[in-house]
Amino acid sequence: MLKILQYIVFDLTRSRWSYFYFFFYLLLGFGLLFLNTDLSKAVITLMNIIIVLTPLIGTIFGVMYFYNSKEFVELLLAQPIKRSSIFLGQYLGVAISLSASLVLGIGIPFLLYGIFLSQDIFNFLFLLLDGMLLTFIFVGISFYISLCNNDKIKGFGYSIALWLFFAVIYDGLFLVSLIMFEDYPLDKFSLIATILNPIDLSRILVLLKLDISALLGYTGALFQKFFGTNLGLVISLTMLFTWVLGPLYFFIRHSKKKDF
Amino acid sequence: MYRRLPVTLLFIYLGVLVQVSAQQTQVCPNCDYSSLSAAVLDAKPYDTIMVEKGVYNEHEIIIDKALTIIGNGYPEINGENIGSTIRIQADDVSIEGFSIKHVGFSHTEEFAGIHVQKSNGFRIENNRFENVFFGILIEASKKGVIRQNKVYGERKQEFYSGNGIHGWKSKALLIEDNELMRLRDGIYLEFVDDTKVLRNQSYENIRYGLHFMFSNDNDYEHNVFTNNGAGVAVMFSKRINMKHNIFQKNWGTSSFGLLLKEIYDAEITNNDFEENTTGIQVEGSSRINYLNNNFRNNGWAVKISGGCFTNIFESNNFLYNSFDLSYNAKVNDNHFTGNYWSSYTGYDLDRDGVGDVAYRPVKLFSYIVNKNPESITLMRSLFVDIINFSEKVSPIFTPDNLVDKTPKMKIIND
Repeated sequence: MLKILQYIVFDLTRSRWSYFYFFFYLLLGFGLLFLNTDLSKAVITLMNIIIVLTPLIGTIFGVMYFYNSKEFVELLLAQPIKRSSIFLGQYLGVAISLSASLVLGIGIPFLLYGIFLSQDIFNFLFLLLDGMLLTFIFVGISFYISLCNNDKIKGFGYSIALWLFFAVIYDGLFLVSLIMFEDYPLDKFSLIATILNPIDLSRILVLLKLDISALLGYTGALFQKFFGTNLGLVISLTMLFTWVLGPLYFFIRHSKKKDF
Repeated sequence: MYRRLPVTLLFIYLGVLVQVSAQQTQVCPNCDYSSLSAAVLDAKPYDTIMVEKGVYNEHEIIIDKALTIIGNGYPEINGENIGSTIRIQADDVSIEGFSIKHVGFSHTEEFAGIHVQKSNGFRIENNRFENVFFGILIEASKKGVIRQNKVYGERKQEFYSGNGIHGWKSKALLIEDNELMRLRDGIYLEFVDDTKVLRNQSYENIRYGLHFMFSNDNDYEHNVFTNNGAGVAVMFSKRINMKHNIFQKNWGTSSFGLLLKEIYDAEITNNDFEENTTGIQVEGSSRINYLNNNFRNNGWAVKISGGCFTNIFESNNFLYNSFDLSYNAKVNDNHFTGNYWSSYTGYDLDRDGVGDVAYRPVKLFSYIVNKNPESITLMRSLFVDIINFSEKVSPIFTPDNLVDKTPKMKIIND
């Protein structure tokens, strides 16, 4: 498996797209800090971008890579290698190289602007961890969808639809239900609804760490009370890891059964 | 006309006599008078008492005649945590240059460093107060000057603490150049009229930096209010002028820079509101002019709720606030003209400095948050940006006359 992982990572480092991705984040980081030298403000703006973009890029890149390397995978399958190690290696290769682009691309400019001397260092690291987890989650989901659909267009469509659901539609439904049931106490509901969606959960986790959490008012105080405790943090991290491992489990299970 | 001359001359003569007969007494640890209260007891009206450097363990010093008491080199009066330290109970009293420490504390009585009771024309200048319950407490008095005092408290909880300068049922006070820190309210005026509050610094107070209650016709200008529990509160008062003040860093879930509650006919001009959770929170206040203010990096710049009519917002800068305006009524009777909004995205084809497209300061999301406080959890979600955009294109929910028809293209500097 390690051999395959290594190969995929090398293959991707030669790929134009991961460089493009890396330079995009690099430019973004420098641009943000050039326009706004206040690191904590830059972290907020960065959050907005990471929350939307890392899932999207994870999804698109995952689908593209899976379909493009299909012939290579079929070649590997002919060899005496365990199926799980082939697919796990492939998954890890893509997710790790995307995360590396993200961490390096954003880390370098912030490092040069002295994030280590700033008190926002933990928020920043947390944000990077968050971005990495989102990458792992959405690469996993898109791999699973691509594996289930032999038709490239279909796989692509489903993956994008799923991203759209988590990034936009979910919040819409959430808001509509808040308005529909406004006569009822909704604190617990909104807490649970937030935890269930990885994008919302990451957004809230980062928001609560920043000054801006004071704007969240009473509901924010409730959230703070929950996420501020160790239990809350454990639950939310568990949830994010479940989102990483869940699709991965289905992906590996399906890969063992699938007839190529 | 000359018939009155002898009488006039007599009065002048008497006046000079009083001047001449006014004695100066000295108090120091080794003098004839080693305590201020003894010196006050023997003094005649309009005498001057000079207090030299040293520590005087005294409390409840009652000043019941017109005296000028001057401290030389900040003599320390240690109130030994009992009662009020100095009580002024006469007219024309002046106290200057003392360091007053350790005032008594009570749950039922109000003890102060200097407690002014029914005095007409007093002056409290250049004193330092440390570890006080109330700093300067003014009751039923008139024409007082409170200048260049420093009041530091060490209070942690609201019900255990007093105010820095507390005015009650008084008139025509001048409160200027004071520094107030770590108290309950920095300055609290209740039933106080015709008063000026100028160039004070009030910070890190548990409740408000400045607090008006039932006080009419007051001005406060050039003050700085930083990092107070909830900023400045002006309640149930009429004709208050608020000019050139700075409200900053009042940051917390229930904080605000300035709270207006039941205020009428006020002027709020040239103030800076920076980094407050809510810049101005307005409740039931009408006929107020908001001119030339700067709102920078606040959560909400202005939050208007309930029955606010004919308010005018003109030539203000709204810069990088998370929400510019929150408004919860369907109808609008307030005017927004010629402001600069940093989130304005319109254009100016005729280049007259005024945007050609009207600006709508109320975002759909801020409207929804008003109705559904829980929905604030969706803040900074992509979905929220999308609905804000669609509402901007075709407004349905927000009051359609709540617009700035002449938004400025550039920041207003003056």
